Amino acid sequence: MMTIFGMPTQALFGQLLLGLINGAFYAMLSLGLALIFGLLNIINFSHGALYMMGAFVAWLALNFLGLGYWPALIVAPLVVAALGMLIERTMLCRLYKLDHLYGLLLTFGLALVIEGLFREAYGVSGQPYSVPKELAGGWNLGFMFLPIYRGWVVVASLILCLGTWFAIEKTKLGAYLRAATENPTLVQAFGINVPVMITLTYGFGVALAAIAGVLAAPVYQVSPKMGSDLIIVVFAVVVIGGMGSIMGSIVTGYLLGLVEGLTKVFYPEAASTVIFMVMVIVLLIKPAGLFGKGA
Amino acid sequence: MAEPDILLSVKDLHAHYGESHVLHGMTFEVPRGEVVTLLGRNGVGKTTTMRSIMGIVGKRAGSVRYHGTETIGLSSNRIARLGLAYCPEERGIFSSLTVKENMVLPPIIKPGGLPLEEVYELFPRLLERGSSQGTKLSGGEQQMLAIARILRTGADMLLLDEPTEGLAPVIVQHIGDIIRTLRQRGFTILLVEQNFHFAATVADRHYVVEHGKVIDMIPNQALTTNMDKLKTYLGV
Repeated sequence: MMTIFGMPTQALFGQLLLGLINGAFYAMLSLGLALIFGLLNIINFSHGALYMMGAFVAWLALNFLGLGYWPALIVAPLVVAALGMLIERTMLCRLYKLDHLYGLLLTFGLALVIEGLFREAYGVSGQPYSVPKELAGGWNLGFMFLPIYRGWVVVASLILCLGTWFAIEKTKLGAYLRAATENPTLVQAFGINVPVMITLTYGFGVALAAIAGVLAAPVYQVSPKMGSDLIIVVFAVVVIGGMGSIMGSIVTGYLLGLVEGLTKVFYPEAASTVIFMVMVIVLLIKPAGLFGKGA
Repeated sequence: MAEPDILLSVKDLHAHYGESHVLHGMTFEVPRGEVVTLLGRNGVGKTTTMRSIMGIVGKRAGSVRYHGTETIGLSSNRIARLGLAYCPEERGIFSSLTVKENMVLPPIIKPGGLPLEEVYELFPRLLERGSSQGTKLSGGEQQMLAIARILRTGADMLLLDEPTEGLAPVIVQHIGDIIRTLRQRGFTILLVEQNFHFAATVADRHYVVEHGKVIDMIPNQALTTNMDKLKTYLGV
């Protein structure tokens, strides 16, 4: 059996793939958080709950409407984005001029309410969601077995993250967004409807979380706690990447997924804490994060 | 003699920042095609007047009519789309955007703005520095960028807030040339200035502002005969 650093290649690459998949979810969620923080100045603690809602909308659509995985990839983000925009218009918009703490407390409360409602309705045990038949099975790559669905998750996440990065960094709409992040008053005085842009950005950010939720449904169980399990790690990713940094959240998401995977291979006891250790080191050396302004 | 075509009419304008009452009934008019300045000492409400016209102060009351349309209840984006373009005192260059991106950021609100090529003819340095980060430009270049980017929007009226502040004399002279060129091209300009020597070289009339309201209007051709009065107003 082939080994690398004394580890069988199957085990090593298997864990790296798991790390990459976790990293894909970290990247998608932290990207949405970075977008929202950048423009709205809100630390969106309800992001995990909205990710969980994305998975549940897919599960409910399958079980009650007969809508399969592919339609759910479109329907779930639309439903969650609509709810997100309603939250933004009715609640968050009142907090923009206040300290970050108010936004954090409101969204934390919202996360508890949303999670509590789903726990009340569906219990704490997870609901199964099958891999779509087009993506069932796997490929033997020689050095490891690659389940097709997991490969798809990584590819889909990369397309979404890079597409979002391109839209923000290379298009006129992205220029409006970056400018409004710096000086929304002046951008509005140029004739751009900034409040509508803020609402749509929040909708897009939570839609990304919902897509991540649908992608996660066949990998993990669809459970009310799936968001809260993940969100603390995702916040650590955002802090390490640099609050509000788009590329920072994408690169850091994937890298920390891989770091976590490698730690599982070489020192499993530290796997659940390694990201926080990295966060402490980065904050000590570069308080603004790896890609943050002033880094 | 025919009545002048009034493009902007401000009547009894009051503005507040929080508890602070800054404008106390500003009243003045800007005829179409003229360059009009608001002169006054620091802190008398000139910048607040600009911001109130654009709808970006917290609370305002009174009347601001542009092309006959009352704007006092409108949001700033709707005011801009009536044909007003604003160049703020702090220039407002975006650090996350390149010079080119800053240049094309304000949307075209209606036809009639200067084509980008003509804007670059007026400000050739901005073409050379197109890929630089906006805030890496010198102070004078940033001021030119702040003016240049609002010329292509189709706005008829430009609000320029202290465009010469802190700039070298040669740059001030260039900005003066640009303002005269823009006037010839048909733009109406409302200019906030503390430097009345500069204002005298570009403006058609001057409104003197004190304690948040206009206390006098001096046509530019009468400036020499009113110089002592103006110096008293400005405390120079």
